[in-house]
Amino acid sequence: MKKIFTVLFLMAAAFTLFACNNDNGGEVLVIRAWNDEFQNRFRDYYPDYVSTNSDGTDVLEDGTTVKWVIVANDDNGYQNALDLALQNQETADADDKVDMFLIEADYALKYVNSDYTLDIIEDLDIDEADLDEQYQYTKDIVTSSEGKLKGTSWQATPGLFAYRRSIAEAVLGTDDPDEVQAEINTWAKFDAVAADMKEAGYYMLSGYDDAYRTFSNNMANPWVNSSDEIVIDPVIEDWIEQTKTYSDNDYNHGASLWDSTWSADQGADGEVFGFFYSTWGINFTLQGNAGDEGFGDWAVAQGPASYYWGGTWITAAKGTDNKDLVKDIMLKLTADKDIMKQITIDTQDYTNHKSAMQELADDPDFGSDFLGGQNHIALFIESAEAISMENISPYDQALNEGIQTAFRDYFSGEVSEDDAWDNFYEIVQAKHPELKRKD
Amino acid sequence: MILDNPAKKSRPPLSLYLQKGLIYLVLGLLTMIIIFIFYILIVNATRSHFEIQKGFAFLPGNQFTVNMDKMLTNSNFKVIRALLNSLFIAFLSATLATYFNALAAYGIHLYQFKFRKAAFTFILLIMMIPVQVSSLGLVRLLYEFKLIDSFMPLIVPSVAAPAVFFFMKQYLDSVLPYEVIESARMDGSKELNTFHKIVIPMIAPAVAVQFIFSFVASWNNYFMPSLIIQSQNKRTVPLVIAGLKASSPDMFDLGPVYMLLAVAIIPLLVIYLIFSRKIIKGITMGSVKG
Amino acid sequence: MKKKTNKLNYSRYGIYFIAPFFIVYIIFSLIPLLSTFYYSFFEYYMRQGIMQVGPNFIFLDNYINIFSDGILFKYAGNTLIMWLMGFIPQIILSLLLALWFTSTRLKIKGTGFFKTIMYMPNLVMASAFSMLFLQIFAANGPVVNMLMESGLLEEEFNFFEKVITTRSLIALMNFLMWFGNTTILLMAGIMGIDQTVIESASVDGANSRQIFLRIILPLLKPIMLYVLITSLIGGIQMFDIPQILTEGNGGPNLATKTMIMYLHDLITTSKNYGLAGAVSVLLFIVTAALSFVVFRAFKNNDMVDIEATARK
Repeated sequence: MKKIFTVLFLMAAAFTLFACNNDNGGEVLVIRAWNDEFQNRFRDYYPDYVSTNSDGTDVLEDGTTVKWVIVANDDNGYQNALDLALQNQETADADDKVDMFLIEADYALKYVNSDYTLDIIEDLDIDEADLDEQYQYTKDIVTSSEGKLKGTSWQATPGLFAYRRSIAEAVLGTDDPDEVQAEINTWAKFDAVAADMKEAGYYMLSGYDDAYRTFSNNMANPWVNSSDEIVIDPVIEDWIEQTKTYSDNDYNHGASLWDSTWSADQGADGEVFGFFYSTWGINFTLQGNAGDEGFGDWAVAQGPASYYWGGTWITAAKGTDNKDLVKDIMLKLTADKDIMKQITIDTQDYTNHKSAMQELADDPDFGSDFLGGQNHIALFIESAEAISMENISPYDQALNEGIQTAFRDYFSGEVSEDDAWDNFYEIVQAKHPELKRKD
Repeated sequence: MILDNPAKKSRPPLSLYLQKGLIYLVLGLLTMIIIFIFYILIVNATRSHFEIQKGFAFLPGNQFTVNMDKMLTNSNFKVIRALLNSLFIAFLSATLATYFNALAAYGIHLYQFKFRKAAFTFILLIMMIPVQVSSLGLVRLLYEFKLIDSFMPLIVPSVAAPAVFFFMKQYLDSVLPYEVIESARMDGSKELNTFHKIVIPMIAPAVAVQFIFSFVASWNNYFMPSLIIQSQNKRTVPLVIAGLKASSPDMFDLGPVYMLLAVAIIPLLVIYLIFSRKIIKGITMGSVKG
Repeated sequence: MKKKTNKLNYSRYGIYFIAPFFIVYIIFSLIPLLSTFYYSFFEYYMRQGIMQVGPNFIFLDNYINIFSDGILFKYAGNTLIMWLMGFIPQIILSLLLALWFTSTRLKIKGTGFFKTIMYMPNLVMASAFSMLFLQIFAANGPVVNMLMESGLLEEEFNFFEKVITTRSLIALMNFLMWFGNTTILLMAGIMGIDQTVIESASVDGANSRQIFLRIILPLLKPIMLYVLITSLIGGIQMFDIPQILTEGNGGPNLATKTMIMYLHDLITTSKNYGLAGAVSVLLFIVTAALSFVVFRAFKNNDMVDIEATARK
């Protein structure tokens, strides 16, 4: 009896869950993402945003409801759910149609080259001139093979080398960013400094993957050629060689990105000289890991090569019934100078607007206390201009992850180099059966 | 009992104590390991994100209220709602699983009908098929029938759970005498009524066991909900945990994640402790083969 | 006469009662399953994860691919090894515990408390368990520190870099999750053994070791078989723990990648229904064969014609 009662009660409770708690006064804008980053930017900086309802949807000034569908990246969950939704776009209700979705660079081409994204110039009527202030590489990444621009981003994420001032002082004799940069501005010099660090009892880098992006972003050719063959670029071989040397000589601490050793190495008593980091990483992750004692003990230098790391792009989904609104959101959040400058000031995130960033770079009062007062934006500007992303492929995500996974075992000494290559192809071909090994 | 040898009552006490000592040592060790794991979970729930990321600590931190607060007030991941959703889904799943599989087991057990053997063989065959083999096809079907983002596909399939069926069947084999059914029939009881009023009470321990197992399985299930649930309001606890772990760097906070992991276990622990007597009784009876 | 009518009258209830089970199964499992098997004869995947290729009928090519590649068998080997590493200690310890708990000679106290503790790991979510183990066995974690302080280790050791240690940790987690269950089952089996058989054996002069080996073990066979088969089912489907512990990578040198992890890989990125279908069919054949073993082994005890025996 009691059981039946509880069941009935719970079922009644369930019905209240299902009941619509939001009256759709206007239209519904559906945005898909894998986390809340863009959601926060949207709520804080989009001018027409009014409020958030209790069920998580937002209300805009004209009555439009913004529905956020956030699916975590675990197990490729985000893309799987997104793909299913895009494939069913035609038969979906007006209120359920995907209007905008976010993508990352590593798999951008998958969507950019497909029909699921709209050409933002042609289909959304955005003026190309409005996007002039954006960094070229952020546009290259979302340009389809036919030359159509399919997305836009509010972020530029140039990467730098963040180093510990105290260790620089101890080993190099200086902690000034320009002077440190002079010591590490080529890979040969970087390697030499690594040896010095080891002698002094420090590690140059923390993990095996720390330097990966710096190499992989500078490939001369895309990962996969037109015959579906995987092409191993010389810079990848350089990375493998360097990391193996570093691992054998104990120049790195044997960690993997995001593991506890890596995080602890950024703490005040960590013994690692520096980390390759991008904009978001420095102000959130590094600063947090460094804690109060490490505050001020860090600075950034450009490092041996320019690269970028991460970044999120917004795209418009084909079949959207809210083109004007999508256009407005894109223009406001990725091309409006005042808004983007404010984002940088508030969050220290590097935004995709050249002159806004230049203003901050030139501002003598703008600096980061965490970096001992250094104006990192000034440094990022140089780095950002030099980034070239003409060689991305739709397979980057699987290939980048695959090679780092497979070669971790080689660096740690667990497998031979040949076996690591075999594992690499095994991993990648399970994910993309059409790829071939070139031999 | 078993190892007692009536003919040899006079054992030297020393070796007995040694034996017992060794046994208590092993038990103590296992207990410590298990409690340690739960202890660490709770300790992590009291630490800050950066403390957790950097590694392990024996002693609790001071972030309990902070983490609890962050967990409860996160506007994107409604924890209380997720707990209620999970509770609802798990409860219904467990109820349906135990009821309908007991019913099916009873049907096969008692009644002589044409397909009896075939049906039983079939269920045995499908028992071992991994779930993942059919799930993507299922999700595609769900999209076609617009049943995505609904609790229904998470609950209804519990009606056909071969492992539960098998357990019920074995239990019935060792417990249910035919005379009881016969006398119920003579008293004019309808078949289904007999099932409800007589059979279910007799297999109550088995029902309790499978209820717990099904509840836990449904509560901890991540795979299916991750493919089906979309609305923020309909998320279950594993989805919220995954979502919190995948936050953007400026929001990434392991403190509330561990707090939620700890909180998520509590309902299971409570139910388990309450039912643990019945569970043990249920399992033991279900496997005795006479 | 009366009995015959009874029998006919009631048999249709059997069909009614199993109907919900079968209807739900057909809709939610069988139809998707059949479509999986169907596509195993086709080349059917998403190029670059988004452009559909096929379905092109290629008959047995997927299967030939699997056999010539051999990687599925490698993963089957991984699965088997990790399962054995967990199961063998599990069955031994559980048997010991069951014997200890049921022995009145030993009179172990606190068994109720311990039985509760034993079950608790079963309640933990795989992601929670894995996160905790990652922390406890990290290179800068407590286990490594303890080993270093006691002198057993000279320098930092990364458990997750070596094949043997990663596999062991996975086996350990499986062990912790399931040994409670196994112990209780074996206890039940032991308690079901007829006392008189034991007594007469010891009167005949058998010592406890002989009693154990010659009487208890053989009589425990049905339970042991049940434990073996159910554990094997779990083993074949091993996914959650290695997947989360190794973040989907399949551990050092792909040595902790299980068959279901491989299946999962095929499905998630490229939705390779063709190859995944073939793998599924092979898995099905293996599990069906194992199920037949179960069926045979339990044949004596199941399918009891209740009404017939009542009339004996």
